Amino acid sequence: MQALSVRPSLPWLGAFKRKAVLTTFSVLLPVLSASAMAADLTIGFSQIGSESGWRTSETQSIKAEAERRGYDLKFSDAQQKQENQIKAVRSFIAQGVDGILLAPVVETGWDQVLKEAQRAKIPVVLIDRGVAADPSLYLTKVASDFKEEGSLAASWLAAKTNGRCNIVELQGSVGSSAAIDRKTGFDAVIGNFPNMTITRSQSGSFTRAGGKEVMESFLKAEGGAKNICALFAHNDDMALGAILAMKEAGVKPTKDILVVSIDAVPDIFKAMADGEANATIELNPHLGGPAFDAILASQDGKKVDKWIKANGPLYLPDTAAAEYAKRK
Amino acid sequence: MKKNNFLHKHQKTLAPLLSLVLIILITASVTPGFLSIRMVDGHLFGSLLDILHRATPTALVALGMAVVIGTRGIDLSVGAVIAISGAVTAVLTVNTDWPVWVVILCALGTGMLCGLWNGILVSVFNIQPIVATLILMVAGRGIAQMITEGQIVTFHSDVLDAIGNGYFLAFPIRVWIAIGMIALTVLVMRKTALGLFIEAVGANVRASRLVGIEARLLVLSAYVFSGLCAAMSGIILAADIRGADANNAGLWLELDAILAVVLAGASLAGGRIYLLLTIVGVLIIQTLTTAILTSGLPVQYNLVVKATIILAVLLVQSPKTRQWISDFFTKKKRAANSSTGKADTGKGSEKP
Repeated sequence: MQALSVRPSLPWLGAFKRKAVLTTFSVLLPVLSASAMAADLTIGFSQIGSESGWRTSETQSIKAEAERRGYDLKFSDAQQKQENQIKAVRSFIAQGVDGILLAPVVETGWDQVLKEAQRAKIPVVLIDRGVAADPSLYLTKVASDFKEEGSLAASWLAAKTNGRCNIVELQGSVGSSAAIDRKTGFDAVIGNFPNMTITRSQSGSFTRAGGKEVMESFLKAEGGAKNICALFAHNDDMALGAILAMKEAGVKPTKDILVVSIDAVPDIFKAMADGEANATIELNPHLGGPAFDAILASQDGKKVDKWIKANGPLYLPDTAAAEYAKRK
Repeated sequence: MKKNNFLHKHQKTLAPLLSLVLIILITASVTPGFLSIRMVDGHLFGSLLDILHRATPTALVALGMAVVIGTRGIDLSVGAVIAISGAVTAVLTVNTDWPVWVVILCALGTGMLCGLWNGILVSVFNIQPIVATLILMVAGRGIAQMITEGQIVTFHSDVLDAIGNGYFLAFPIRVWIAIGMIALTVLVMRKTALGLFIEAVGANVRASRLVGIEARLLVLSAYVFSGLCAAMSGIILAADIRGADANNAGLWLELDAILAVVLAGASLAGGRIYLLLTIVGVLIIQTLTTAILTSGLPVQYNLVVKATIILAVLLVQSPKTRQWISDFFTKKKRAANSSTGKADTGKGSEKP
């Protein structure tokens, strides 16, 4: 993979049809052709890296989906560097793949390489994040809608409390799109319920330590749990930290304070099974299926939406033990 | 008159202390119940306790940082060392049956090894401290991620729980650990010649070498000490959340530690170690953080408010401001003296 990615980009190849390019390369590289012919589709996947458990499961899920369909998936790990991703995409173009999955590490700076892919008539599907480029340069984006996640959390809470609740909120990193959109979606729904208010809101930076420290200060400032009905955390890790803070202050999570958060990391299922968290919404890592379907649809000349929303379900404690065993 | 002399003499000590008291009082007037402390389950409970509890990791790191800065060095790698020692603690607790004290010793040893690495780069290879420790600052978090395989490793251990969140004589155990470490360091630095030697090396390496001080070994041991302090902090931070978060544990803590040392009035040019004032600096930073969290300030303003107050404290402490303040009082006194017809004794114009 590494050897291929240093191959210089060959823009003139774009003049040929995809199949023609493949033949050219199959003459040059018999090894490559063997693997390419065996598969139905050949897909290049440029992943950001493996910085979080979620991203690792996303990679595994996409690889598994490609294997299930019998596709030849060419995987490249960019180790958090955009230049590595651009190199990988160019090498995919040079290899004449049928489609490219790109999980962009940053939003900007993709125009040139996306144009190269377009000239080579290779569809690019953005995975789990967007880019700041002309939408005509890529086929579609397959990603969760953070706003809908926030709305789902608020809807669940409204149903659970009959629209009557003082909420404390643990926000994600200030300025991150996940934090902004999850808050917007949540606020939009609770705006319909006059007796649901956010009494405290602070940033826990998406970390366990942050969630714990902020929850400690919330409990002090509110004089314990009596004025707090629920905690909404923008991710599970902050909720897990907050649960520790509650237990240390003698407050019983789920009994004194409801806990709802987003992401569905394995540890929150353990907390739910132990009766310490109420609900989590999955940040769906299974994006391979919709992405491959979009590439097939475009090959058939069908129109594809520019944003395929792949939202995950809301999980409750009843299935938590089984889910934890599955994800551990 | 006498009081004025006292102020002049101790202005440097009083400035950080008064800033701390002022910040606490202002917060208390904005947030009701900030000063209240009550007993819950046989231990003290309140925002002031939170400040002490939360300040311990930074205090330990700042202690090591104060010594390193005293040698005219700096240690940027402490945040990464926290991540590494936390990762070692978690992985050994989960994957081995070793007794917890062996695990803790391993984590402390790892921190000292990291310090040794920094110390060798600085004192043997004469690489500038900021560059030498930058290497581990960048690489260290990667090492921690390798140890935890990129996951948050959660563990359960009664002893570690006690270190992270337990209480002894109504105070958090980790505060006792920090107090013990501070007392020990003050004792070694101030009751033996070691502190003087380190300050001498920081002030002038060549001169101290000429009088027979083994500068190289002293600098080396300062970094090992800083590594040890960071490792203690890393164990406490991992024990606090019962897990090792290689990406976020101790992130940017090195900057808070450096700030605390500077708030204490030390110069980054070395030659001075103020251990107790450094702890006051840590308390100022943590009080601000806790105050902002309890105040209900919108999140977007957190950092700006924090920076503005820190800037104000630094400005009050700057030599120029101190000069102005003392000039102001001198002039006033001169004016008062001349109006009553008394001759100026000259004492008023005494330089601080």
